[in-house]
Amino acid sequence: MTLRLFIPVDAGALAVGAEEVAAAIRTAAARRNVAAEIVRTGSRGLYWLEPMVEVETPAGRLAYGPVAPGDAESLLGAILGNGAHPLRLGPTEEIPWLKRQTRLTFARCGVVDPRSLEDYRAHGGCRSVQRALSLGPQAIVEEVVQSGLRGRGGAGFPTGIKWRTVAQTEAAQKYIICNADEGDSGTFADRMIMEGDPFVLIEGMAIAGIAVGATKGYVYIRSEYPHSAATMEAAIAAARRGGLLGNRIADSSCAFDMEVRVGAGAYVCGEETSLLDSLEGKRGVVRAKPPLPAHKGLFGSPTVINNVLSFASVPIILDKGGAFYRDFGMGKSRGTMPIQLAGNVKHGGLFETAFGVTLGELVDDIGGGTRSGRPVRAVQVGGPLGAYFPRALFDTPFDYEAFAAREGLIGHGGIVVFDDTVDMAKQARFAMEFCAIESCGKCTPCRVGSTRGMEVIDRIIRGENRAANTALLEDLCHTLKFGSLCALGGFTPYPVMSALTHFPEDFAAPPRLQAAE
Amino acid sequence: MSTMHQGSRNRDRTPWDKEIALQCIREHLDREGPLLPILHAIQEQFGYVDEAAEPLIAETLNITRAEVHGVVTFYHDFRREPAGRHVLKLCRAEACQAAGGDPLARHAETRLGLSMGRTAPDGSVTLEPVYCLGLCAVAPSAMLDGRVVGRLDERRLETLLAEAQQ
Repeated sequence: MTLRLFIPVDAGALAVGAEEVAAAIRTAAARRNVAAEIVRTGSRGLYWLEPMVEVETPAGRLAYGPVAPGDAESLLGAILGNGAHPLRLGPTEEIPWLKRQTRLTFARCGVVDPRSLEDYRAHGGCRSVQRALSLGPQAIVEEVVQSGLRGRGGAGFPTGIKWRTVAQTEAAQKYIICNADEGDSGTFADRMIMEGDPFVLIEGMAIAGIAVGATKGYVYIRSEYPHSAATMEAAIAAARRGGLLGNRIADSSCAFDMEVRVGAGAYVCGEETSLLDSLEGKRGVVRAKPPLPAHKGLFGSPTVINNVLSFASVPIILDKGGAFYRDFGMGKSRGTMPIQLAGNVKHGGLFETAFGVTLGELVDDIGGGTRSGRPVRAVQVGGPLGAYFPRALFDTPFDYEAFAAREGLIGHGGIVVFDDTVDMAKQARFAMEFCAIESCGKCTPCRVGSTRGMEVIDRIIRGENRAANTALLEDLCHTLKFGSLCALGGFTPYPVMSALTHFPEDFAAPPRLQAAE
Repeated sequence: MSTMHQGSRNRDRTPWDKEIALQCIREHLDREGPLLPILHAIQEQFGYVDEAAEPLIAETLNITRAEVHGVVTFYHDFRREPAGRHVLKLCRAEACQAAGGDPLARHAETRLGLSMGRTAPDGSVTLEPVYCLGLCAVAPSAMLDGRVVGRLDERRLETLLAEAQQ
């Protein structure tokens, strides 16, 4: 009997030794003359347990982790014996952290071989594109509108409405673009999908193509994600061979094909209009809106541009129906959100759940507090343009409107946890510094304001005219927020002002002594 | 393949050659918006984008040299001169800051005698900041010649530094 093992090939798992573990297990199996098939999967998203090794049993998969190469011998012995091992986590699906999630978008991530279309089909894939073809364009759009799905990149614009606009715009050529420029620190959900279940993204984009009448798609992947780009390339090639992409997708008369484009290290290219310019081969400079990309996008053609998670949520919506998806969530935030716990957190990883879970539950209960064991002092939600939340606001439910009401944003769903050694004045300064490094330079508030912002924060930290400089910083943030062309300049005030509002003591001289910085 | 541009070791790159550069350009001419794929291909081939590549690209794509230069200088990835034999990128973004990345970055700078963005005089290593590798749940993180490393601590960093100095 051949032993079937599953070891992630996800970059996060590779970064902590998954490749070495796979090699060690292969060697150990060869030494014992055991036939072992090692399937390389995506990650389940329980990163503190990576590298995680799973083994197929008649009762389902059993998990072990975190496994080091030196554990290979004893692990294999356990797997061949009664299964007992200090690293044994039990049946994977029963691990509480995984079991309490609602995995709709990430249902297959960590389960399937990301390069095998057959495996994708065997796990329910490709059903949705069939249903989409039988429904027809208008009904697909209505299904997505009904689902309440909002743009998962951060802006939260209703996906179905965007699709409807493109569908209703007449043009000889239309485009479907996937924004995989996941630059926000603390986020990695797009990366996990591309490395763990790329076909769900391809299927989502193909459905978008059928819905709006577009025949060409691009996935714009940031260059910091070489593993994602390689897996997407392989999956696209497999999808072409298997008829999910091409001139007659799923044996229909519809044509859709796509290709990978790699960015070049510009954070601002995650902004949709800047991404369009970059794809066209220009500097990634933000465009003024209107015109909307839905009317005049790539090369002036009507363009659907959505985040990876938005497209990846479409197949489940088409498969189970818009109403099924809409029944999860709260208020105007429908469905599930893949939330990413990162930074100084004990249980870091991907937690997909319906909207409405509170920040406190996410950080203290699910995240387990800090990895350093020190008290949680602040969390930044939504990337470098997101606000810092103090413990006092941990009752905020994960919901677009609830975060906006507290001068924050959920963005792409990343939560970065900081312990009590954090210097919030330094974090505020970094927000301005990052904006200065990454500004595309088109609008003055962002281009100039970010550098002036660093200087003003430096003066406040040094104790120069603190009251006057604080007032100046507030004024500057107001200008950035309302005068910038895009979210880079427009949202940089969120981390700055939240740090100043909730942690004013850190801006008072003398600077806090830092235990571990 | 354009996606491999970050993965290869710089020591394997070929010296600047006009004919090879023209081949890199021609390979991508049938694509829509070919400029970024062309620049990636040239950097993958030579390790940087030589100034002499700009007029070649401009002429082939029928755009101005200024447009090409503007694009090359806009993006952080494109180098104007060759990097070291190794490129060590340390993540400096918030999730890695929260997990102790700043002292590690300072340690690397001190140990290599280099500030961020500089190449060692012996050409061994270029030290660079990167703003997020998407390894935020195994922070702090780094990338050495395309290989990702997470849960960085001083010991693991020392190993990387030793490797980078070879």
